[in-house]
Amino acid sequence: MPDSDLSFKAAFRRHDVQIASIVVIMVVLFSAISPGFLSASNVVSLLENYSVMAIMASGLLVVLISGGIDISFAAIAAVSQYLVATLLVHYGGNWLVAFGLAALFGALLGVVNALLIYYLKALSVIVTISTMTFYFAVLMFVTDGKSIYDLPDWFTADLSLFGIPFPVVVAAVVLFVTVFFLSRLSIGRQIYGLGGNPEAAKRVGCNLLGLQCFVYGYSGFTAGIAGLVQAHRVEEVVPNALIGRELDVLAAVVLGGASLLGGIGTVSGTILGILLLAIVLNGLTLLGVSSYSFGFVTGLIILLSVSATAYAAKRQQKRNVRHAH
Amino acid sequence: MPTEAATSTSSTPSSRPSFIDWFGRDPTVTMLGVLIVLAVIFFGAMAPSRFFSGETLRAMGFQMPELGILALAMMIPLMSGGLNLAIIATANLSALVMAAIITKMIGPASPPQDVAGVIALALAAGFVASLVVGLITGMIVAFLGVHPILVTLGTMTAVKGIAVYATNGGVIGGFPPAILFLGNGILLGVPVPMVLFVLCAIVVAVIMSHAPFGVAVRLIGSNEKATRYSGVATDWMLVGVYVASSLLCWVAAVVMMARFNSARAGYAESYLLITILAAVLGGIDPNGGFGKVLGLFLSLILLQIISTGFNLLGFSPHVTEAIWGVTMILAIAIALMRDRLMARLWLGKTSK
Repeated sequence: MPDSDLSFKAAFRRHDVQIASIVVIMVVLFSAISPGFLSASNVVSLLENYSVMAIMASGLLVVLISGGIDISFAAIAAVSQYLVATLLVHYGGNWLVAFGLAALFGALLGVVNALLIYYLKALSVIVTISTMTFYFAVLMFVTDGKSIYDLPDWFTADLSLFGIPFPVVVAAVVLFVTVFFLSRLSIGRQIYGLGGNPEAAKRVGCNLLGLQCFVYGYSGFTAGIAGLVQAHRVEEVVPNALIGRELDVLAAVVLGGASLLGGIGTVSGTILGILLLAIVLNGLTLLGVSSYSFGFVTGLIILLSVSATAYAAKRQQKRNVRHAH
Repeated sequence: MPTEAATSTSSTPSSRPSFIDWFGRDPTVTMLGVLIVLAVIFFGAMAPSRFFSGETLRAMGFQMPELGILALAMMIPLMSGGLNLAIIATANLSALVMAAIITKMIGPASPPQDVAGVIALALAAGFVASLVVGLITGMIVAFLGVHPILVTLGTMTAVKGIAVYATNGGVIGGFPPAILFLGNGILLGVPVPMVLFVLCAIVVAVIMSHAPFGVAVRLIGSNEKATRYSGVATDWMLVGVYVASSLLCWVAAVVMMARFNSARAGYAESYLLITILAAVLGGIDPNGGFGKVLGLFLSLILLQIISTGFNLLGFSPHVTEAIWGVTMILAIAIALMRDRLMARLWLGKTSK
């Protein structure tokens, strides 16, 4: 952090602290108004509803930190979900096989993004829009838009660990893995370096091609797993079910403080971003507000959050200038 | 435009234009021209009788304008170094406002002068709706300095949210013939939407290349700070960028609601990312600063030929989309190879 004084005021200038306080206020508010809000069943269903988003968000977060963007992950999730489901229906299998295949397909499609971005020296947003269009169009063409309903019983059966639903467990593991390599492994620090200043990262000796393959591969990997978990939750595979999620997930990650310019972003922030959206929408549901208003509320939260962040940054800049004089 | 360029260079005294000069002048236009010719030859060979028919041409003339006008709305922010993800949402909201006024205030027994008045009122209301969205977006981008992707992600969600909330996701439809004419009529043998699109394209082209606003937008796209320090009111120019983009969405809204004879919060959402594809394929630099309406126009023609051609050959629309994605990647690859080749050729030329 730029400020060295550890006062309360300084701490409050941190984005994650602000979001966390808003989340806490929301929780207090909603639990005061609606007693059902903090009930175990509501909390569990809330976490379960947003587990798929959290899994995708961890992959997108890593890409954003590296200074890129991935628009294709929802399409990748849809493709690998369909491929895995088809294989499972035809040849049978178990959870290990399912996860292995989903992760493999997802990572492969993600690495294709990385190779195109690296070798064509193209903007990641343009490349991933193109591959998103391509992956999804091919999926719709090959499958003719047909859904898969006859998933194996073991696949759709409810699972839980110590009472925690399976999707939440998977999301927790993915988030933990992301935290681990971002903050504890050399490759994580290299990803922050790449996002902060690509030229500097190159001169320090980072393998840019390798890093990009890892970053986009990881985004594809999480997308594959998210697709699998989503199929398990809804007990069917609909080819176009996940399409259109990419901008929702991007909104959540950005709410969590990740910068589109790269080099900035944390898993804890991302979790808070998702929680904020989840809690507000869940609270409104409990208050009996029509779900048709959710889009407007979500948009307003995004606008307020990004505006407040930018305003704070401007003031901080002015403050720094004043200190310098 | 290409003829102008050709005459101006042939009159320069320095040297006769060589092949390299010609190829290097507007590489995007050249590349798109070649790709269009190839596409026409391919589809012409596969289905000559149906591809070269007036009917096919007319169908293309009806389909292209929607995407075309929206792509223009995407182009202006792209050239300023930004992006407007809210174009589809803005167009749908504007269309819903107009549709609500028209369907509420015009009955089957309304006299013609009332109908004309209501239509004018509806068009004005749609215009104002688009204007307000553009102003809000532009002001947040310009005065708070928030990244346009984030702002327009927010406005997209909020604007679509308003439209969904107001209509409960439903459809508003059933318009008088005067409105339907704007989407389905034919003027001197040309589809009316095409006329509207070409008009918009000409206006945007003239503004972007000749008006002070257009020059300022391109400068901002190249280097915002330098533009501001050279005395351009960059913040108000940026507001103008998003207002102009939103107003083009209003035109798109008129064409869309007239063609579908209805309006809904979720129409045409798949176009959003395709407009970026079309613009970048047309040589608009996604980093800002460079691009021509002519390039965008050619890229739209190419995409439309691919779409219509595969449709005639009996393929599903998804094949078209897949080919569009590949075309984009291919165009990036061709541009990269061309730049390398050009660099080598120029090096060879200067070392002599």
